Amino acid sequence: MDYLSASAAVAADLILDFDPEVYGIVLTSLKVSVSATVAASLIGVPLALSIALNNFWGKAFIRLLLNTLMALPTVVVGLFVYALIGRAGVLGELGLLFTPAGIILGETLLALPIITNLTLVAVETLDPRFFKTCRLLGGSTARTARAALFEARLGILAALVAGFGRVVAEVGVAMILGGNIKGFTRTMTTAIALETSKGEFALGLALGALLLLVALGVNGALFAIRRRA
Amino acid sequence: MDLFWKGDHTMKTKLLSLLMAALIVVPSISLAAETRLRMSTTTSTENSGLLAELIPPFEKAEGVKVDVIAVGTGKALQLGRNGDVDVVFVHARSAEDKFVDEGYGTYRKDVMHNDFVIVGPPQDPAGLASAKDLSSAMAALAKGEATFVSRGDDSGTHKKEKLLWKTAGIAPSGGWYAEAGQGMGAVLTIADEKRGYALSDRGTFIAYGGKVDLKVLFEGDQSLANPYGIIAVNPEKHPQARFGLAKAFIDYVVGEQGQKIIRGFRKNGQQLFYPDAIK
Repeated sequence: MDYLSASAAVAADLILDFDPEVYGIVLTSLKVSVSATVAASLIGVPLALSIALNNFWGKAFIRLLLNTLMALPTVVVGLFVYALIGRAGVLGELGLLFTPAGIILGETLLALPIITNLTLVAVETLDPRFFKTCRLLGGSTARTARAALFEARLGILAALVAGFGRVVAEVGVAMILGGNIKGFTRTMTTAIALETSKGEFALGLALGALLLLVALGVNGALFAIRRRA
Repeated sequence: MDLFWKGDHTMKTKLLSLLMAALIVVPSISLAAETRLRMSTTTSTENSGLLAELIPPFEKAEGVKVDVIAVGTGKALQLGRNGDVDVVFVHARSAEDKFVDEGYGTYRKDVMHNDFVIVGPPQDPAGLASAKDLSSAMAALAKGEATFVSRGDDSGTHKKEKLLWKTAGIAPSGGWYAEAGQGMGAVLTIADEKRGYALSDRGTFIAYGGKVDLKVLFEGDQSLANPYGIIAVNPEKHPQARFGLAKAFIDYVVGEQGQKIIRGFRKNGQQLFYPDAIK
């Protein structure tokens, strides 16, 4: 395992050298995964709130479905979206395949069940007295939702962190929908896969360390928000 | 209890969502700005580093970007069939001809060649180095003295390997035959770890250099030739394909400048590809 020590040195070089290609890859990864997390939260959080605050037929089934979708393999999401946005697909005209926007679309679908489900759990596990208080104060569903959003903010933050973690670390969607195009759709994970296939294990591991560092930065920022909240 | 959002919260939320929206919108704007030619190709051309030298002069001269999607030959051709790329650059002659015959490809040109080699551990337990011809080499492998690692991924190399077994009249199966389903580099690593054999294109093997303890044990047979062809996606099948640009790229690759770059490309001091369009 002599490449373990070699990769530590390579990692240090990568980070300190400010190699524009490496930073371009980091930036693409961040751009794509942050966009996907934001898009998935904009859909998932309101969706979770409306599921949590309403009683309707089939609610248990939806909960089961969300739990199941959390196990979606990334490659399957990639293939499914490929069928949609490839030239032969219904959205082919948009030309989204092999662009960052294509990856964002796929990773949004990947993060959506996670963010929705964890938000749902966060809201449903709020103190039952909270909902009682809202009702007694005569709050409408919309106002109750906003209040619940605030009360469950830490759990929701955790949901976003889990969603971000899933998309920043995945390789299947980014590879199939992005195509690992140098300087355009190459993300940290597809770069790691490429370097590994070339036998550049040290460089692959170094990129992995860099990815963790980036995740540390993002989570650090969220942690700072959490402490203020 | 701070039950409802206060004013400054709303302000913050608005600012935050504005920022997030910008993050989503900005990448989509920047990618519309330039013309991009999409090429699917095999991992051997990309991983060897050849394309990194071959493409930039064309990009500069034409003011375009060439997007390289490096996959196995089977998938590269499939992307062409689906109209997801404008040009394919692969190495599987019969599959290429089929691609053109079916009307998906047009303007096919021979670009370059190298050859396939059978690599294995220096101890050579199957005695491949003393095989007098290709079919006895394949028969020696099939005795199962050591693992043979197959690509198993419908790539150009895998297609070639299947053809070699067929020609030798052998249906490979058993514990000694391992289908990896991965790229050339991964297969060389597996062969190295298992002290086994593999079929590799010479380019990737040279590029892999000292990373594996494997040796070329059989080479030189006529049927081990590995020609590369480049094909434009037919605009009659896929009207959105950038045929004009694809044709310009093909003309460049098989022209004086492209062929010179291919001839001059070295890895670990060795020539990897031999130009075919201009000798």
